[in-house]
Amino acid sequence: MPSIFFVEPDGTEQQVDVEPGTSVMMAAQQHGIEGIVADCGGACSCATCHVYVEERLQGRFAPVGSFEDELLDTTACERLPNSRLSCQLTMSDETDGVRIEVPESQM
Amino acid sequence: MSGVVIVGACQAGMQTAASLREHGYSEAITLIGEEQHLPYQRPPLSKGFVTGRTTVDQLALRVESFYTERDIEVITGDRIVEIDRSARSAVGHLGRRYPFEHLVLTTGSHPRPFPGPGARLRNVLTLRSVEDAVAIATSFNGVEDVVVLGGGFIGLELAATAAALGKTVTLVEATAGLMGRAVSPRVADFFLRQHRARGVDVRLNSSVSEIIEGTPGEAGGVLLTTGESIPASLIVVGIGAVPTTDLGVDLGLGMGLGILVDEFAQTTQPNVLAAGDCAQHRDLAGHSRVLTSVQNAIDQATVAARTITGDLSRPYDAVPWFWSDQYDLKLQMAGLAQDHDEVVLRGDPEAGGFSLLYLRDGRLVWAESVSKPGEHVVARRLISAGSAVDPNLLADTTVRMQDAVIENSEMASTVE
Ligand SMILES: Cc1cc2nc3c(=O)[nH]c(=O)nc-3n(C[C@H](O)[C@H](O)[C@H](O)COP(=O)(O)OP(=O)(O)OC[C@H]3O[C@@H](n4cnc5c(N)ncnc54)[C@H](O)[C@@H]3O)c2cc1C
Ligand code: FES
Repeated sequence: MPSIFFVEPDGTEQQVDVEPGTSVMMAAQQHGIEGIVADCGGACSCATCHVYVEERLQGRFAPVGSFEDELLDTTACERLPNSRLSCQLTMSDETDGVRIEVPESQM
Repeated sequence: MSGVVIVGACQAGMQTAASLREHGYSEAITLIGEEQHLPYQRPPLSKGFVTGRTTVDQLALRVESFYTERDIEVITGDRIVEIDRSARSAVGHLGRRYPFEHLVLTTGSHPRPFPGPGARLRNVLTLRSVEDAVAIATSFNGVEDVVVLGGGFIGLELAATAAALGKTVTLVEATAGLMGRAVSPRVADFFLRQHRARGVDVRLNSSVSEIIEGTPGEAGGVLLTTGESIPASLIVVGIGAVPTTDLGVDLGLGMGLGILVDEFAQTTQPNVLAAGDCAQHRDLAGHSRVLTSVQNAIDQATVAARTITGDLSRPYDAVPWFWSDQYDLKLQMAGLAQDHDEVVLRGDPEAGGFSLLYLRDGRLVWAESVSKPGEHVVARRLISAGSAVDPNLLADTTVRMQDAVIENSEMASTVE
């Protein structure tokens, strides 16, 4: 099972193991990572599931789609080159071990 | 007795339990649901789930360890049939008793059944639960012709899915427009054209008088009040949701269409609260209404949790929002379809994406966006902040929407 390492704004780290095919947002929600709000439940409609993806593995996820791109321009915390919406990041063996930084705020 | 019993274990019930712990509540929490599943998301059921894009496991709102770590007892598969007021306990269908100090009703809503003959034939389906969605997905495999009753969000999403799967789809809607009063006539008309362009035969101002039997026991089509019949081997009924309020009625709670609650999610009886699809509240425009949306379930449940912990500092005043995905189009609404004195069109409907922005006294009060999720998010913020905006700048797609703000209202709400 691929693992995700969530790094919260205060530096605490939590490892979550997921079935391949699970989105990073679902993994965070299901395990109570509170910094990922995910208002719309993964419908790419709200921009409250913003994260920063470890650069090393960034290219292994599907590229940013057009709705996501538009939403990333509205995130509460600054958009950086490694910004993604976590509901659009699907975990696989390819992305096993990825570090996901949770921003300070989503609203 | 101490502790909270929450009846109905889905979006609002889960949120009440989670928010109680987040706000430091330390007594027992029991979350009871009649379904066999841990609380899960319903929106994908009419969208990606039917086509297999989303699996059952991916629907779960939280995994089991989330509840155990927070000492939230989740009971699945028990239906509460009675609230014993004198003993202050909820009674399950097998007689198990759950004592409480506070009771929260998050019993949701259920589909309105087809009121005419034929409603019980096989292949006449409604959509609320995972099981319903599996039944629809299974039926889709074997049928060519589908009739959808009702041009609301769920009916339209299912029509879009069926059309995308290559089915012959007829959608019958009793009123003159799609999606009722939830959207403007302009947006309803835009979606009407989209569905027709993709081959869905949309019949407005049409009513089904009867579902006709085909092979014995099975639906074979529908009969319209005009006398015309439309053959189909699958009939999906999406004619609205009815709040599930039987426990509230038994308790003698004040009732409208739903269980009446105030801005703190309190019913008309002490220590009994309600939230989500089963509750009816007075909205920001002063209208008493039932809101059936994820936003309302989450925000009202959060208020209910705060009320139980004694925090009455933040009444329910969240700006409503909603979305619906049909084909590759994303429809989103923010705010309330209330009185306005100006409408701004931003973008070009023919070019794929646009927003309609409704102003009153120079402030944004309602926004509809089609395939412009970024504009929807900014609109939500502008509506909550009560910002005054320049309509000319709002209409100008070369200017960011947030740059159309003139000044921030002194009465800016603290929400979000
Ligand atoms: C197909 C579909 C698509 C949707 N799409 C969207 C969308 O795109 N966007 C959006 O915002 N909203 C959407 N919604 C609406 C949204 O899912 C609901 O508003 C939300 O689920 C309401 O949450 P709730 O907890 O109040 O009620 P529910 O989710 O209905 O949960 C209530 C639960 O209580 C249980 N229950 C009832 N009575 C009892 C009892 N006596 N004892 C024990 N358990 C009981 C029920 O079985 C149910 O599990 C959709 C709904 C459906 C069905
Ligand atoms: S959860 Fe809403 S955009 Fe990702």
